[in-house]
Amino acid sequence: MAPLILYERSAIIRAESSEPLMPHTPDERDPRVAAAIDRYWKKNVTIMAVLLVIWAAVGLGAGVLFADTLNAYHLGGYPLGFWFAQQGSIITFVVLILVYAILLNRLDKEHHRDLAAGDGGAA
Amino acid sequence: MSVQVWTFLFVGVTFTLYLAIAWFSRVSDTKGFYVAGQGIPAIANGMATAADWMSAASFIGMAGLISTLGYAGGMYLMGWTGGYVLLALLLAPYLRKFGHYTVPDFIGDRYRSNAARIVAVACAVFISFTYVAGQMRGVGIVFSRFLEVDVNIGVYVGVAIVFVYATLGGMKGITWTQVAQYWVLITAFLTPAIAISLQLTGTAIPQIGLGSELLGEGTMLLEKLNQIQADLGFSSYTEPFIGSWNKLNVFCVTLALMAGTAGLPHVIVRFYTVKNVAAARWSAFWALLFISFLYLTAPAIGAFARYAMLDGLNGKTEQELPGWFHSWEQTGLMLWMDDGDGRLSYTGGDRADENELFRSGKLGSAEIATIKTDHQKWLSGREGGRDGRAVLRQAGLAGPDRDIIVLATPEMANLANWIIALVAAGGLAAALSTASGLLLVISSSVAHDLYYRIINPAATEAQRLLVGRGVIGVAVVIAGILGIYPPGFVSQVVAFAFGLAAASFFPAIVLGIFSKRVGTYPAMFGMIAGIGFTATYILGSVYGGWSSWAFGIGPQGIGVVGMAINFAVTLGLTPFYPAPYKSVQELILSIREPEGAPPALDIDSGA
Repeated sequence: MAPLILYERSAIIRAESSEPLMPHTPDERDPRVAAAIDRYWKKNVTIMAVLLVIWAAVGLGAGVLFADTLNAYHLGGYPLGFWFAQQGSIITFVVLILVYAILLNRLDKEHHRDLAAGDGGAA
Repeated sequence: MSVQVWTFLFVGVTFTLYLAIAWFSRVSDTKGFYVAGQGIPAIANGMATAADWMSAASFIGMAGLISTLGYAGGMYLMGWTGGYVLLALLLAPYLRKFGHYTVPDFIGDRYRSNAARIVAVACAVFISFTYVAGQMRGVGIVFSRFLEVDVNIGVYVGVAIVFVYATLGGMKGITWTQVAQYWVLITAFLTPAIAISLQLTGTAIPQIGLGSELLGEGTMLLEKLNQIQADLGFSSYTEPFIGSWNKLNVFCVTLALMAGTAGLPHVIVRFYTVKNVAAARWSAFWALLFISFLYLTAPAIGAFARYAMLDGLNGKTEQELPGWFHSWEQTGLMLWMDDGDGRLSYTGGDRADENELFRSGKLGSAEIATIKTDHQKWLSGREGGRDGRAVLRQAGLAGPDRDIIVLATPEMANLANWIIALVAAGGLAAALSTASGLLLVISSSVAHDLYYRIINPAATEAQRLLVGRGVIGVAVVIAGILGIYPPGFVSQVVAFAFGLAAASFFPAIVLGIFSKRVGTYPAMFGMIAGIGFTATYILGSVYGGWSSWAFGIGPQGIGVVGMAINFAVTLGLTPFYPAPYKSVQELILSIREPEGAPPALDIDSGA
């Protein structure tokens, strides 16, 4: 990937100066591209929110807040609340990141197809 | 061959390996030095992150903590893994897209302020030193336990070895060394766990073994453990929220560890080293997968060792006690003060006054010898005798040292000497890999953010590399000094670093990515308020003897309150300060945008 010098070094040294850090790139001004990026960001935030809800429900919910209630049930020799705190939550976390990586990397590709279908845009 | 010979052999071989890797991956430019040339494959970066992450505290201390805490040990397990979800979803891909070297770099550019950059540098250096002190101490402890040398000699050796490979190879050397260290530490951790699981439950998978029946007993292991704990006066192993570990405290510590994990600069910086954003996402997955192998096994070791300890030692006479008891008694991790009946009794809770098992803690060997002599006198009713049990109980030294859980497991499972030595090498790998990652953060914060970005922007590549190496050298020495004069208990000190990271970086970075409105001053005041509050509270309650006045939240969980203060201050002040410059808003947009376009900023590679 071709590295670019996008702004002058002095710009960040004179910290409070108002020079723009980056020039406008043409595609960012294109309303269709802007709309595509907007769609992408909304989908990303939705995926993130859903996964974080699961994260909180399993880790902080089942593992801590409801652990005493869940301990009345058993999974093999494990009381369930104890299992969530020491095993289940960790397994869930690994799966959550796996799902995130798959979905987001797919979403990236979709976005690029989206742009290419438009006008051969940024990708 | 004896354990010692094996240990010397393993330590020698692994150290040579680390140095060889460092030599082959030595670097000559700052990009290689700070971010390994951004060419590390996702899976290798995952292993390196896992090794970077799993410290001496994870390797030696955690299973012991779980073993004594039971259910409440889960807060460390959940906290230290759950943070990766936050990291993967909220931070890693965006910071990689941003494409710079350090966390202060992001803060400085996002908030367009050198003052914010300096605050971030100060936070990064403070957090890293807090954390690295524990690692160097860990190296010393492993040396002293297995090679019977002074703790300080172990620290010197650790300092020397890290000095060589970190200054030589920078991030590149550290990354590939960490990949090797991951394999050493995970093999060392899993082998004894599998063996003891087979011995107690007949299944080779410790996670299943923990939920199975005890061989020849017909009861579930955890059920049996609960019963023994109750018989001996200890609280239940699986029941949550006992004593000071109430729901609020467990919740706060778990959340503080999670947010802290996501805000720890040495972990974040690992995501700068991969090729692109997609690789950053994959690398977060690989990292947590590799970490989970150890974290899912630690609770099994904790419970197995607890059972072996309570069931295998109680009521035994000197002759009946297992061999491992005698070998670890010599290290002072366990001390037996008999009440005269010749049978060991290890009890706690409401039966604490019957307990005969102690540890020597920070007491010197001379003090221990005096206590033992006085105890003998007391037993035989001679003059000048003192009940050693009462003395040690007063000193807060009841029960064996927690570190023994991992260190003694191979012997409990009757494993060969070379496996015991492997555990020593594993502990060293865990401590060294974390120490080197932290030292690099200190070096890059000072040499890149402070020296190059603020003091001398005209510095040449060679000058910057020299300063980077110089800072790492100085930092290693300071870390060594902190290891020799440790500021506290290893795992305790490490747990505080998380509170500090949660209260400072985490809100600033998350708001920096997800809000276009938050400006320089609110973010800066937020960071100062968050870390200031948290540090004051920790220092006050650990060293100043304050009682926990904030709703009964202990110092380990207080980072959550600090984080809330940071968010509140930042968001509360935001309406009163101008929005960021248009250029900054464009920077935010560009890090949110998927890849395809060149990275948001890349100041160096054009040179």
